[in-house]
Amino acid sequence: MLEIRGLHASIGGIEILKGIDLTVRAGEVHAVMGPNGSGKSTLAAVLAGRESYEVTAGDVRYHGRDLLALAPEDRACEGLFLAFQYPVEIPGVTNLQFLKAAVNSRRKHRGQPELDAMDFLALVREKLALVGMDETFLRRPVNAGFSGGEKKRNEIFQMAVLEPELAILDETDSGLDIDALRIVADGVNRQRQPSRAIVLITHYQRLLEYIVPDFVHVLSEGRVVRSGDRSLALDLEARGYGWLDSDVAATPALGGSPG
Amino acid sequence: MKTDSNAVHDLVSREYRWGFVSEVESEEVPPGLDEQTIRLISSKKNEPDFLLEWRLKAYRNWTTLREPHWANVQYAPIDYQSIVYYSAPKGRADGPQSLADVDPELLRTYERLGIPLQEQELLAGVAVDAVFDSVSVATTFRGKLAELGIIFCPFSEAAQNHPDLVRRWLGTVVPYTDNFFAALNSAVFTDGSFVYIPPGVRCPMELSTYFRINAAKTGQFERTLIIADAGSYVSYLEGCTAPMRDENQLHAAVVELVALDDAQIKYSTVQNWYPGDAEGRGGIYNFVTKRGKCLGRRSKISWTQVETGSAITWKYPSCILQGDESVGEFYSVALTGGRQQADTGTKMVHIGKRTKSTIVSKGISSGRGQNTYRGLVKIQPGADGARNFSQCDSMLLGDRCGAHTFPYIDVANPTATMEHEATTSKIGEDQMFYCQQRGISKEHAVSMIVNGFCRDVFRELPMEFAVEAQKLLEINLEGSVG
Repeated sequence: MLEIRGLHASIGGIEILKGIDLTVRAGEVHAVMGPNGSGKSTLAAVLAGRESYEVTAGDVRYHGRDLLALAPEDRACEGLFLAFQYPVEIPGVTNLQFLKAAVNSRRKHRGQPELDAMDFLALVREKLALVGMDETFLRRPVNAGFSGGEKKRNEIFQMAVLEPELAILDETDSGLDIDALRIVADGVNRQRQPSRAIVLITHYQRLLEYIVPDFVHVLSEGRVVRSGDRSLALDLEARGYGWLDSDVAATPALGGSPG
Repeated sequence: MKTDSNAVHDLVSREYRWGFVSEVESEEVPPGLDEQTIRLISSKKNEPDFLLEWRLKAYRNWTTLREPHWANVQYAPIDYQSIVYYSAPKGRADGPQSLADVDPELLRTYERLGIPLQEQELLAGVAVDAVFDSVSVATTFRGKLAELGIIFCPFSEAAQNHPDLVRRWLGTVVPYTDNFFAALNSAVFTDGSFVYIPPGVRCPMELSTYFRINAAKTGQFERTLIIADAGSYVSYLEGCTAPMRDENQLHAAVVELVALDDAQIKYSTVQNWYPGDAEGRGGIYNFVTKRGKCLGRRSKISWTQVETGSAITWKYPSCILQGDESVGEFYSVALTGGRQQADTGTKMVHIGKRTKSTIVSKGISSGRGQNTYRGLVKIQPGADGARNFSQCDSMLLGDRCGAHTFPYIDVANPTATMEHEATTSKIGEDQMFYCQQRGISKEHAVSMIVNGFCRDVFRELPMEFAVEAQKLLEINLEGSVG
């Protein structure tokens, strides 16, 4: 579904991604881990098409198409979803209006008729339960005055409504207490399915106790320095990211589980 | 990031959708203004003597006044002697008895503006007093209103049929000495609307007038007077569009509202006059004096305006809160793009005890538009326990536009409570990206975010008007972003 080859990207002339290779197939859950500043969030932003980042080299295929050639909204309409680390507030625009605009943009893009207000309401009601939110939430302005946990739940709720094929969750666990983390993780787990790929970007192993990944990749200084299965994450937890720094030069980037 | 001053610029540089000139023949007096012109206007309208006298006093006063230039707007000098002060669609003398009698060309004009009168009459239940150029040509639902004792008619008709009411209230809120443009209007106004709601009557429908400027070189000087007698209620809608023009057109209207004890007047405006081309050529100069007097106890006057048109807007719908416990409200959205300039706001003058006012102003500037909020909250010595809440928010789209705020506060009573909030924001790059990542196009995102910004004002508008206002905003923000 997603093939990233030799991806280099910079912001403000500073190179952040220095040759990323990653392959994600339908039905898989990949965790991308790494210390602060390793390029995790940059990778998410570049894949979603944030204009402040400049891709300087490399190639990204999404369903065989050149992802980087698409505008951000077209990537979204083609099924790419980014759960934001810092969800954005839009005062005066209700969640309902916002989501309806998003859903209908997608439907239009796919040549489907737009949903009317009644059909749309029926759709979102069903999805609200997934993240344990009630209907008053729909009438509130997008993320405005939401607690940290509500914002993250809103991202997962939006994902449920938009039914993406590739979901990238950027530090969805950050700032959540254990109860909120469970709700969010549960919401994600219920959305795992054979046709959907999920990329979890996280600093901590903690999230992976709730959402068990098929693959774990470790980023350091803009490169994937380790790839493995879940045990790689446990190693990281036990030994810290410092362990990698001493190891980077010696270890092949696509090596297997180190223990 | 480059959010996109260019993209936003493209978004807002769109062509005016409703530019056309209809081919109704006009009956006009020659350009220029002197006492003779005023006598001519008055006699053509078959006015009672008191009105002619009032006009002449206003004219003499006007000749002593100078055009005000304190507003934050720039324009070429206006030659008041080149303006045609009277123009009426031909055939007016007989007066159309129904829509069937109305010039079909005129009806087509309304239809192109999206104002199918007949449909409105049948479906929407809105009584329309349509002002085309300076004379009202179609008034509907009058019979139904008359049963309740409500008078809703062209001003010129009121002058003939209800001279006592006109004489009693005309100029009591905006005297002809008030300001340069109000004095000019008082001297030369040709028509407008007159509304009287009798005691205890709740007007069962929204009263609506569509203003329209048409004949070339014709200044437009409407005069509207609304009186809500004790315990009555009326909601009045004013909306307008104008055809594409090459030269600037002066519009100096006056609106006077009077609310007696426990009466309520809700006055809503959607203003979409031709703003001029990309260089600012040819737009309407909109110099309007709108004021309401809460004369009675517990009376309430509420102004809601959505201003998207005109090259220059100079307009301060105000409330004089004279009756104890009276309430004044002002809700405004002003959008300036291209080279548009708006200097708009309100005055809330608290005279009575425990009077209350609310001001919510949302200014949006794009292109090279300049948007100024100018407001005065004045608490007079006798206004014990007066309260005001003001909120003035500005939004900038792009980096070549401007937003300015001049809130004047003048408190002469220590028991008053004043609250003022002001913000200036831009549509953030992060907001745009968030919308785009959900599949929403840039164009749609801008209009959605701006609509959200204006929400507090839009929800004050009657439903149909709110829909129209949102559409108008969307169209005004529309552009060529792919």
